[in-house]
Order: sequence, then structure tokens, then C-alpha cells
Amino acid sequence: MDTATSATDTPDLATAAPPEVSYVLTDEQRQLQEMVRDLFGDRATPERVREVMLGAADAAFDTILWQELADYGLLGLTIPEAHGGAGASFAELAIVLEEAGRRLAPVPLLSSIVLGTEALLGAGTETQRAAHLPGVAAGTTRLALAHLDVGGDLLVPPGVHASRTGDTWHLDGTSAYVIDGASASHLVVAARTDTGALELFLLDAATAGVSRTEVEVLDLTRPMATVELAGVEVGEEDRLSGGDAMAALHRALTAGVVALAVEQVGGIQYTLESTTAYARDRIQFGRAIGSFQAIKHRLADMLVELESARSAALHAARVLAAGERDELAIAAPLAKSYCAEVYERSAADGIQLFGGIGFTWEHDQHLYLKRAKATKLLLGDPKHHRALLAELLGL
Amino acid sequence: MGVDERALIEERIAALFAAHPPAETDERTFWGAQFDHGLAWVQFPDGFGGSGVSPRWQAVVDQRINDAGGSTRNRINNVLGIGMGAGTIMAHGTDEHRARYLRPMFTMEEIWCQLFSEPGAGSDLAALSTSAVREDDHWIVNGQKVWTTLGHLAKWGLLVTRTDPDQPKHAGLTYFIVDMEAEGVDVRPLYQITGEAEFNEVYFTDVAIPDDLRVGDVGQGWTVAMTTLMNERVAIGGNVQPRGAGAIGEAVDIWRERHGAHGDAVTRDQLLQLWTAAEAMRLTSVRAKEAATSGTPGPEGSTAKLQWAELNKRITSFSVDLLGPEGLTYPGGYSFSRPDGSADVDGAPHKRFLRARANSIEGGTSEIMKNILGERVLGLPGEPRVDKDKPWREVPRS
Repeated sequence: MDTATSATDTPDLATAAPPEVSYVLTDEQRQLQEMVRDLFGDRATPERVREVMLGAADAAFDTILWQELADYGLLGLTIPEAHGGAGASFAELAIVLEEAGRRLAPVPLLSSIVLGTEALLGAGTETQRAAHLPGVAAGTTRLALAHLDVGGDLLVPPGVHASRTGDTWHLDGTSAYVIDGASASHLVVAARTDTGALELFLLDAATAGVSRTEVEVLDLTRPMATVELAGVEVGEEDRLSGGDAMAALHRALTAGVVALAVEQVGGIQYTLESTTAYARDRIQFGRAIGSFQAIKHRLADMLVELESARSAALHAARVLAAGERDELAIAAPLAKSYCAEVYERSAADGIQLFGGIGFTWEHDQHLYLKRAKATKLLLGDPKHHRALLAELLGL
Repeated sequence: MGVDERALIEERIAALFAAHPPAETDERTFWGAQFDHGLAWVQFPDGFGGSGVSPRWQAVVDQRINDAGGSTRNRINNVLGIGMGAGTIMAHGTDEHRARYLRPMFTMEEIWCQLFSEPGAGSDLAALSTSAVREDDHWIVNGQKVWTTLGHLAKWGLLVTRTDPDQPKHAGLTYFIVDMEAEGVDVRPLYQITGEAEFNEVYFTDVAIPDDLRVGDVGQGWTVAMTTLMNERVAIGGNVQPRGAGAIGEAVDIWRERHGAHGDAVTRDQLLQLWTAAEAMRLTSVRAKEAATSGTPGPEGSTAKLQWAELNKRITSFSVDLLGPEGLTYPGGYSFSRPDGSADVDGAPHKRFLRARANSIEGGTSEIMKNILGERVLGLPGEPRVDKDKPWREVPRS
């Protein structure tokens, strides 16, 4: 398509004014932010994060923090009140995700509360929602989304095949890079059928024929698994049949992309704060190293990029919360591609700014670098999202 | 207060428009009436072009004038006076200064320029060496100023001089209003890398300035100059561009005309890197504006100048790359002309690419902006200042 000469009646999205959304926190949101900040600050301490990530705790995720998040109603923020949630919006959930990202909290928010819940909200029948969402809000049900094939390429159809006999579906195949796949209680499996259509199934992770293998991951604070389905049989009632499966998967992945951007902002913020504090305290050549322009200017650059990353992520979260679907198509890839690049740059700069101590295992900065790299590649890398944007904007 | 202020402003706008319909009144008459109705600088007191209300109402006034077909171009075409000089005169001048200068400044009968930078005092403005020596009821000024926008059109200049070289650099300065038509003032065009002369060099040779044109006390020049520069930041910041406007819009246009669907993936990705960075920056300006009006401004308001300068350089450079071999040309040639107003946004991509190099130098270099962000926002310690307590006379200079 020649975009230079077409587009006679459709607006040019590269210049069209976006819908107005507010970026200022309401009083309630500010209170929520303070409460969540305290909670993660108290619970997701560096010591606790390391205990969980090294397998020294009772589970692959922080069960104590998870239970508290449930008790405070924070797992059900985006779940309708009728299904045990708070009926709030993604704007509130974003506050939780940012703080979780700031502390690298090892809890399955992205997998269960964002990806799994959005898929269920998008394609589940009322019965299916009623059956699973209260458990999700209570933290007892933990969903994981299995949508990739073994290569992990977003543009390749799922690696699981579904065929139907009467009211029974047979699922076979392998899905890789399933976030929190080994610890999830339930799996939302994307599968292609004989006709090439996409379907979503929600099944108990303990279903016969399901085997899950932990992947040795770069970012130990976010486990992933390879999920194999061999001769798995589920019923038609386990197929999410309340909406278009492809649209629901798209909805889930878009929310996931925005969630990652928000989480990335939390990590950049932490990195800026910790490196700035260090630059104020660390003395070399008789001066605080932050008085040297070589250090000061790197931190100023980080501040500038943080503020823009925050704007992009906040915009995406608010647009998602407002249900502005057309703008979300721009805002989500914008946020994910921009924040991912900034996070990696900041986290890597952080290692350099801390110097030798920053390269040690005992220092926390490498955890942020690993999170930055992993979130950059998760759910589409920056190039992938910029290509989506280019197509959308007609560039 | 907000409700009362709004009512007052609305009332004055209505009175102004009734007496002088913006679309049917010639500019100068309208601006004069706008001044007389207290709507030139709404935060100034009654009688000095203001209404004694919060400055945020100015945006409402200007929007209303534009919507009614009037002009606010005086704010741009006499920016150094209206945007920077007026606030300085209001804060530090005498009532005689305010009565004499503000109205003709606002009507553009008198253009103003700013005489701060010198060849030997750029980022380190307080090190300036233009001297003013007192003789009875006037001062004799000698020295050279540089980067003087509108200097060749100006009637008045805002001048900082050194009146006591034995004081440390910040303490020995005094601020004046200078008549640009006075004997001994020589304004010469300063040609820049674009081949145009937006700026001037101004030479002062035994120029006499009456003492009643002094603004602030003798030795208080630094404080007064800071007021001017604070007004500059207010004048520059705070505007929100539409999505896809400015340099990135031009890059998009060139891409579509010359590459588009046939463009290569690498260049397309570079374009999108710039588009996303520009849009993220734009969203930051939207966020800063909302935060400023809701009363909880954060660091998002202080990063704009640095980020815009650096990004504008990258985008304008990329646009020339998109032209391919045509990037080797310079449309219109190097004209050695004096453009009207700001050449910043005019002309071919080639010229904009060159002009953008100044973005990270003028109005505070990017290095200085990073120092400010590092020290004032992040709270990092400053560099040791070797010249701070020394008499200016003893500090090494290039």
C-alpha cells in the first residue's frame, strides 16, 4: 500500500491528536500507591527476593507477599466485583505493577493477574469467569498463559494442536517460555485447530498428560517453564467460548505489554535512586563521585529518559484503563519499545556507576540488568513493537 | 481566589473586546488597549499592564485573543522585552522605568534585546568583563557582547556589566537598560554556520548610560540577571506540541515521499526510534503541564530543554540522511542574509540540520543543563569552585 497517496478519508495516525487522558493520581490512587509502596518495601526486601529466586523458600514465588496482596484485595483490582474483585481499572493495577517492578517482587502478577485474567475476561463465558475469577482474586488460582511454540516467536502460531471428538478436545504439543508455568495452578493454553483457527483452553495444570519443565532463566526473579501436552483430554466446557479467542489473546498480550512497560519504569526509578544515592556517598579522589561531571551527566541522562519512559508507560496504562482501543494500539507498542530500551540502558549504566561492587553477585544491580534484558525480550522486543507501530502509522 | 480571578479576567476580556474587536483593530492599537485593560501581563499590578492575578490566566487571555482573530505575535517578535525584560523591570526597576518602558514594549513600538553573553563569558556568565565606570550621574561602558538576537532592530538593551573587578565575580556586577542608538554602540551581524545572521555582536566604546537607567542596586546585577533568565525559562517552557509536529513531522514527510513502503527496514526502525522518543518527550510535556496546573509538579517539568535539544539534533540529522545525495546540496545557497524573527523553524532540512546544532548551546548548554538536573533535581554535590571567593581581577580568563 502506498501510504503517501492513500488515506484520503482516514486520519493520519502519525499526526492525529490522541484522546485526552489524565496522568495525575487521584487521592485514592495516591493512597493506594503509598500503601502498596510500604507493602512491597516491607515484604519484597532484597534478602527475601534472593531467598525466593534461589529456591530457598517454600515455593517458586513469594507465597507470603502473594497472600498479603490477596488479603488487601490487590489481586482482584481489575476483576469485576461480581467475581470477587474490586472492579477498579488498569490505572490502579499499574500502581501495583510499578512497585512490584521496583522491588523485583517474585510474584506471578504478570502471568496470573494480567495475562491469564485478561484472556479469561476476553474469551470466558459467564460460567467460566464465575468458576475461576474469584480464585484468581483470592490468589488460590494462579493462571499461566501458554501461547508460544517452541521457538518463542510471537508471529508463529501456538505450538499446541487441538482436535475435537464430540465434546472432547485432544491437546498435543509444546508451548515454551510460559511465565510462571511451573507454579501455576491452571493453564490458559492457546492452540490451533485442524482448520487453523485459534482456541483458548483453561485447564487444571495437574490434568493428565501435562508436564512442565522449569527453564534455566536469565532473570531468576521470573521463572518460566516449557509446557508439554501429550494426549491431554479436556471437555468443551474447558474451551473459553464466550468471545473470540484471537481477540482475547490479543487483549491479554496488549495488557501484558503495558504491564511490562509500567514494571520497567519501576525498575528504572529504583536504579536511578540507588545509583544517585551511591554517587552522593561514594568518595574517591577526596570527593563524592557524584560531583564529577562524568558521573553526574550519566545520572542526568538517566533522569531525562526515566521521565519520558514514565510518560509513555503512564499514557498506555491510562489509555488502557479508559478503554481507548484505537489509541491503545499506538500507546502499547510505544511504551513497550521505549521503556525497554531505557531500562536496559539504565540498568547497564547502573552496573558501571557502582563500579566493581556493581559486578558482584552480592550487589543487587545485576538483578535489575537481568530483569531489564528479560522484559525487553518478553512479549515482543522493541524492534517488533516499532514494526507494529510503523505499519499502524503508515510509515 | 481562583473564581474571583477568573471573573475579573473574563470581565476585562469582555471590556477589551467590546471596545476593540480583535479582528477589526490594527495590531498596535489593540496591544495598547490590551495593556491598558491589564491583560498584557496579568500577574503585574493594575496600571502596569496587569490585573494582579495568577500568571496562569495569561494563557486564557492569549487563547481568547487568538480565537477572536487577534494577534499575540508581539510575544514572539519582541520576546526579549515582553518575555524577559518586562518581568525584570517589574521586579527590580523603578516606577519611572515601568511607566516609561512597558507599554511601548508591549505594542512593539520599541524592540528589546539582551546583552549578557560575551566571547569570554558563555556558560560562565558571571565571569563577564564588559566594564561600567561611574562618572558623576552616568556610567561609561566598554566591552563586547555576543549572540544578541534582534540587536540590529532593538531600541533598548538589557545589559549586565562589571562595576567592581575587585569583588568575586558574582558580587561586582550591575544591570542597566541601554539605548541601542546611543553614541558608541556598534551592532554587527554575526554569521552562523547556516550562512545567516540571526544574531549580532555588539561593541561598546565609551558609551554613556545615565544612572537612572540602572536596574537594581550597584553590585546587584547578578540577582537582576537571574530574574531575566528565570523569565526566559518560563517563556520557553510550558508549551505542548501536537503529536507528530516539528522536526519529527518533517522526517515523517520525507520518509513518506522518498521511501515509504519501499523503504528499508533498518532506516524505518531508525525513524520509529526517533518517532517514539519524540512522542514520549511530547507526552512528558503534556504530563508536566497537567502537573503544573494541578499543583504537584515533579521532575518531569525540568527535563524538556535538554531532551528537546538533543533529540532535535538527532532528528534533523536523520532527515538529511533520508535525502540521500540531495543531502549534498544546500537549497538557496549560503545567503549571508538577516532573517526576520527566528530562523529556527524555517527553511530546508539542510538548514534545520545546521541550525539545530545551536539547540544544545543556546539558552544553557546541554552540559550545563545536566549539571542543573544533577545538582538541583538529583541532589548531587557541585564541582569545587576555584573562582568563587577570589576577586574577579585575579581569576584566569581565556
